[in-house]
Amino acid sequence: MTLFARNVARAAVALFFCTPCLADEAQVAVAANFAEPIKAIAAVLKKTTGHTIQITLGATGKLYAQIANGAPFDVLLAANSDTPTQLEKDGLAQPGSRFTYATGKLVLWSADTAKVDGKGEVLRTTGLRKVAYANPKVAPYGAASVEVMDKLGLKATLAPKLVQGESIGQAFTFAYTGNADAGFVALSQVLEGGKLKSGSMWVIPQNLYTPIQQDAVVLQRGANNPAAQALVKLLKSPNIKDLIRSYGYGI
Amino acid sequence: MPLLTASDLQAIGLTLQVAALTTFILLLVGTPLAWWLARTQSWLKKPISALVAMPLVLPPTVLGFYLLVLMGPHGPVGQWTQSLGLGPLPFTFGGLVVASAFYSLPFMVQPLQNAMEAMGPRPLEVASSLRSSPIDTFFSVVIPLCKPGFVTGAVMCFAHTVGEFGVVLMVGGNIPGVTRVISVQIYDHVEAMEYADAHRLAAMMLGFSFVVLLTLYSYNGSRNKGATA
Repeated sequence: MTLFARNVARAAVALFFCTPCLADEAQVAVAANFAEPIKAIAAVLKKTTGHTIQITLGATGKLYAQIANGAPFDVLLAANSDTPTQLEKDGLAQPGSRFTYATGKLVLWSADTAKVDGKGEVLRTTGLRKVAYANPKVAPYGAASVEVMDKLGLKATLAPKLVQGESIGQAFTFAYTGNADAGFVALSQVLEGGKLKSGSMWVIPQNLYTPIQQDAVVLQRGANNPAAQALVKLLKSPNIKDLIRSYGYGI
Repeated sequence: MPLLTASDLQAIGLTLQVAALTTFILLLVGTPLAWWLARTQSWLKKPISALVAMPLVLPPTVLGFYLLVLMGPHGPVGQWTQSLGLGPLPFTFGGLVVASAFYSLPFMVQPLQNAMEAMGPRPLEVASSLRSSPIDTFFSVVIPLCKPGFVTGAVMCFAHTVGEFGVVLMVGGNIPGVTRVISVQIYDHVEAMEYADAHRLAAMMLGFSFVVLLTLYSYNGSRNKGATA
């Protein structure tokens, strides 16, 4: 083998194997409402640091149950602050690593452009056959939806119309496919570049539900993972905050 | 003494209803289908057999996703059911039964088809030479001779529907008393870390499946022995 050929072969091997050696990978558990932004953030992370993250989506409560039972995650991006706080108490998270990366907004959304009015009056009419929401036991957005129905005094009226998604992701699927006429979903699921992608929505006034403060926490397994640290740093950077805001979150 | 909660009992009752109705429908639909598959020389036999067996190998998510899209208000099946005044099927008891019927179809058709093929054409020829009408032949010759196939098909179909999870999770919407079956109830308990509640139902399912299969195998085993004796 000539020297040149050997070097080419070495370079090829290096390209193939060493990207993962130099750059690290983190396993990140992400609340379902943050599915879209985290993809964009992962792309930025990969581009700027070379680190990659593997994303597992689910309702916050389910992710908590998995972590409590030893699931190998490095970072959790929750849809509340209770779960990360609990993980700190449990000794499963790095003490002091908790921070708020976004404040979520709840909307009533329909795939039908004419269905949902800007005041949510449709909830009081017979215009909705099925209304989707996320399982309130495990999904903070689902719990917020129940609060809204309660405050509006519509819990009993809406009860027979409710269909439950196992996370806000499935609640959105039910509404998106039209199987539910409308759904309580996250604003981030229906916005793109700050604009409503399709359908119609009512951005639910903040006084109808407890603010959805979304906290992230580094888990014990991620303590020495450079990719996990890089992700946390990135989430706190001004550029990424702008990106997160473009999906309708506060921060 | 830990007792089942009201919502557990509701889930159990609902599951039994879905399974019983699914089994009944599949007996009606599966019998002619199995009969045709057992007797036909058509080139369609292989493609149809493959279609019937597909739920065995497809992930329930595939079936669940397509049923959600097809039975939804914009899907062809959904538009058809709406034009009949039934509304779209997802999140309804009827929708769950339809989904279960697709999902459990091979569990009914395959044992029936095997039994009918094993019977061979001879009993039919004899019946026909005795001027028995085809319908009479079916009830007085085919059904008694294929009884083990019917029993296996019905029991497997029922048990498999009780054990169904993925499809229900995707098209059910988790509505108490309508679509929240035992498997979904267990999943909910586990996900909410209500492990004791999960245990009670899960252990019951474990016992149920064992007893059903043991009974079925004992029945088939004793029949085979009887046949050789």
